[in-house]
Amino acid sequence: MSIFYFVAFLSIFFALMTIFTKNPVHSVLYLVITFFTFTIHYILLNAQFLAVVNFIVYMGAIMVLFLFVLMLLNLNKDTEPMKSHLIKFMGAIAGMCLLATLLGAFHVIEANNEFVTGNTDVGLVKNLGKVLFDEFLLPFELSSILLLTAMVGAILLAKKETKEVNG
Amino acid sequence: MDNIVQNLQGIPLNHYLIFCSVIFSIGVIGVLIRRNVIIIMMSIELMLNSVNLLLAAFSAYRGDASGQVFVFFVMALAAAEVAVGLAIVIMVYRNTKSVDIESLSKLRW
Repeated sequence: MSIFYFVAFLSIFFALMTIFTKNPVHSVLYLVITFFTFTIHYILLNAQFLAVVNFIVYMGAIMVLFLFVLMLLNLNKDTEPMKSHLIKFMGAIAGMCLLATLLGAFHVIEANNEFVTGNTDVGLVKNLGKVLFDEFLLPFELSSILLLTAMVGAILLAKKETKEVNG
Repeated sequence: MDNIVQNLQGIPLNHYLIFCSVIFSIGVIGVLIRRNVIIIMMSIELMLNSVNLLLAAFSAYRGDASGQVFVFFVMALAAAEVAVGLAIVIMVYRNTKSVDIESLSKLRW
């Protein structure tokens, strides 16, 4: 059971490093490590499909996209815009207030302290596939349309506008 | 694998709630204190991930696969959001030579 607490500590540590590091490239790399710890959490929950998808899609695709854009725009520590210390301090206070509210709510409702058992079979690819292609078939197809739309939109937005000659 | 799964037996649901709230709050703080648009989007990813983990934890707790299917949809949505968002960032950078979120304030007119 100590694995969970160790990995949770690592997640929180690297998440904090992500938002407090000045250099954006280092920030992305810390976020990759954070997502890797999340993959370990999924494995601990026996959600194997989510672990693999998190590893490939989040760590592999999305983070590489972030890194690619950062390097394409040639951002580094010198060009990083920073807020004033007062704004930073107020932002941190506001976030802490949110955290305190959430923790207070959990304390009041006293969510049952039952244990999460990871030995359920729901996270296996076979079972998830059955659910996904049976009762969630329509949302699945809609998400494919969403991804297609996003792909077209991204290309359309990022494409250099060609100068129109004579309208 | 069995050994790892056995190790999980002792983790209360409450601790998952607390852990995911902490990660979510870190994401909120990241949105509030940074000015780089790309870092703000990364903080949003952090928030989405904390919610994903909590959904997966509840799904494992209830023995219901719907939660994990929902996580799958959230991941697809996050991928689409990042693709379009980064395209917009590139477009803004081309026009203003800056990724400062303040440079978008002229959009209000």
